[in-house]
Amino acid sequence: MSNNQNKSAMWKRLPIISHYRKAVGLQKGMLVIGLFLSGLFVLTAAFAPLIAPFGYAQSADEEGRFGAQEAPNAEHIWGTTVGGYDVFSRVVWGTQTALMVIVAAVVLSIFAGVILGLLSGYIGGWLDKVIVVIADAIYAFPALLLAIVMAIVISGGQSSMFGGIMAAAISITVVFIPQYFRVIRAETIRLKAEPFVESAKVVGASNVRIMARHIFRNATRTLPLIFTLNASEAILTLAGLGFLGFGIEPTAAAEWGYDLNRAMADATSGIWWTGVFPGLAIVLTVLGLTLVGESMNDLNDPRIRGRKRAGKNGKSRESTEAASAPAVHGTGMEITNE
Amino acid sequence: MTSMIDTPEGQTMEPAATPGKPKKQGLGLGRYILIRFLLIFPTIFILVTMVFFLMRITGDPITAALAGRLPPDALAERIAAAGYDRPIIVQYFEYLGNLIRGDFGTTLSDNTPVTQVLVNYGSATLELAIFALIVAFLIGIPFGMISAYKRDRLPDAFLRVFAILCYATPIFFAGLLLKLVFSVWLGWLPVAGRTNYTAELEGLRAPTGLYLLDALRAGNGTIIVDVLEHAALPAIALGLLTAGVFLRLVRTNVIGTLGAQYVEAGRSRGVSEYRLVTKHAYKPALIPIITVMGLQMALLMGGAVLTETTFEWKGLGFKLAEYLTARDFVAVQGIVMLLAVIVALTNFIVDIIAALIDPRVRY
Repeated sequence: MSNNQNKSAMWKRLPIISHYRKAVGLQKGMLVIGLFLSGLFVLTAAFAPLIAPFGYAQSADEEGRFGAQEAPNAEHIWGTTVGGYDVFSRVVWGTQTALMVIVAAVVLSIFAGVILGLLSGYIGGWLDKVIVVIADAIYAFPALLLAIVMAIVISGGQSSMFGGIMAAAISITVVFIPQYFRVIRAETIRLKAEPFVESAKVVGASNVRIMARHIFRNATRTLPLIFTLNASEAILTLAGLGFLGFGIEPTAAAEWGYDLNRAMADATSGIWWTGVFPGLAIVLTVLGLTLVGESMNDLNDPRIRGRKRAGKNGKSRESTEAASAPAVHGTGMEITNE
Repeated sequence: MTSMIDTPEGQTMEPAATPGKPKKQGLGLGRYILIRFLLIFPTIFILVTMVFFLMRITGDPITAALAGRLPPDALAERIAAAGYDRPIIVQYFEYLGNLIRGDFGTTLSDNTPVTQVLVNYGSATLELAIFALIVAFLIGIPFGMISAYKRDRLPDAFLRVFAILCYATPIFFAGLLLKLVFSVWLGWLPVAGRTNYTAELEGLRAPTGLYLLDALRAGNGTIIVDVLEHAALPAIALGLLTAGVFLRLVRTNVIGTLGAQYVEAGRSRGVSEYRLVTKHAYKPALIPIITVMGLQMALLMGGAVLTETTFEWKGLGFKLAEYLTARDFVAVQGIVMLLAVIVALTNFIVDIIAALIDPRVRY
């Protein structure tokens, strides 16, 4: 099910690289900008200790306490918050928190969603029906509200850095599982009927082996796409939780949503720097991840993909593939009466 | 456009169909509505059960709300009085029974029935959601059509980035920027709240709680303008989020239908390009949009919590955030359940509308 049937090198068939090679013009531009912003985000997170001039919970240095709500100046290039923290440092440290939450949330939800999807699709029967109904119920539930409930369950509200990150990650996971589950289940059901699964059965492979080796390997095609889309959603959910006061305490880690919550009152009195910078950090990060995801989505879909170079990347082959690809955006609530 | 001409019609309807499932023909509309209606109940039941047990894992609500503020024996007394010391399964069935009778519990912090909270604050959320949807339609649909028509050219690039920005901007950040620009710097619009004339509007006979409607009934021009001024920023902040989704959806689907043979046929008969896009290509592209509206409702409800907190718009979301801060989990559970029921019902209605428009949905 790889995108290139000719025997091109392994690395050329990797998700993002194969998309990059397929992209033309505008789409290539969007993909490149997305990759740049995402790369910037990851690099900032990795080198936060070197970039940030102060700690995220540091409100004083050798020369004494920082002033509160100081406008951007030489020492504090993006000013200080009402609590006397350096805005620039908190934005930089915030990338670390965001990245950790994304990784934890996405890893957890892929793990759970894939296993459930494989079981549900492969075994079928009542197990499948029950899981589908539950997943649909969760899917239709307002994600933020579900995340709030989970945050209450896990931490009872605010908590330490690790606890807070895990709470946010698990809250987001619960929201995401149904998405992975749906995609993997649909793929599993399709693949189950393929001849190679049947021949594996004839050879005597166990169900676990068939699921793990034959189906899983082939069903992961769409995962990178959902991954990028979910990563951006994870940031928004984390920020939403933080904004409502259910995130991570400011002394435990820097979190953009919390900072924006505090900045709300500042804005009314015209203090813009406490809110604009963390807000822009969220927007640019989500924008970067979404651009990557969107470009991949479009490049997988021949109805939308740029129409140049006809004949070079044979089109007919792609369209049959896309017909079975699930529409990630815009799948309606599905009726499960069979 | 010609290269897309052989796109099978069915593909453009993808969101409405159920992938990976065998299609059954010949199911009447009546039966479809019935099955769809019955499916609401397991959905709500699962959510009720899940939220109930999840919330109880943390302990009883009274300890969460009042621990530290009451001496231990008084606390235990309150817990026993409320019945939280009984086995959880007993409490669960009692809770289910109460729900069926329409009793969502009583808040701990201000001792109000949750249904009363809904009555008092629900209309504000409804009004906000309606305003936001209007903004979303006004922005999303025309721009989506332009984007599809100008596909891969500059306006399209512009609009697509705009759509992604709509999605990438958290509501509270959009709200903060709007406030900064229009309220603080330009001084055009109020910073927060729903109106300056609360007393006048509440004093009306049988107020609907939808302030615009009430203001119209009062026939007072100043109040109407005031209500609209207050609603503008929250509606834009919340509406932009949905507008981005609509824009992308309209774009994708209109691109699909623009390549269809009947559009080409229309063009050959001399139908104007404008009419081709707005009538021929747009109408069939509407069906997936209607289906997605149901899911947008969930997004709007979640977004309403953030919007209302940002603009101190005293609706259900605003109260929910207040109760969250007060650790009043009975109220939180009640409001969350109510919102879930609203979303489930909207999904049902949307699915029925989709089935009425497009017979292919009723497999």
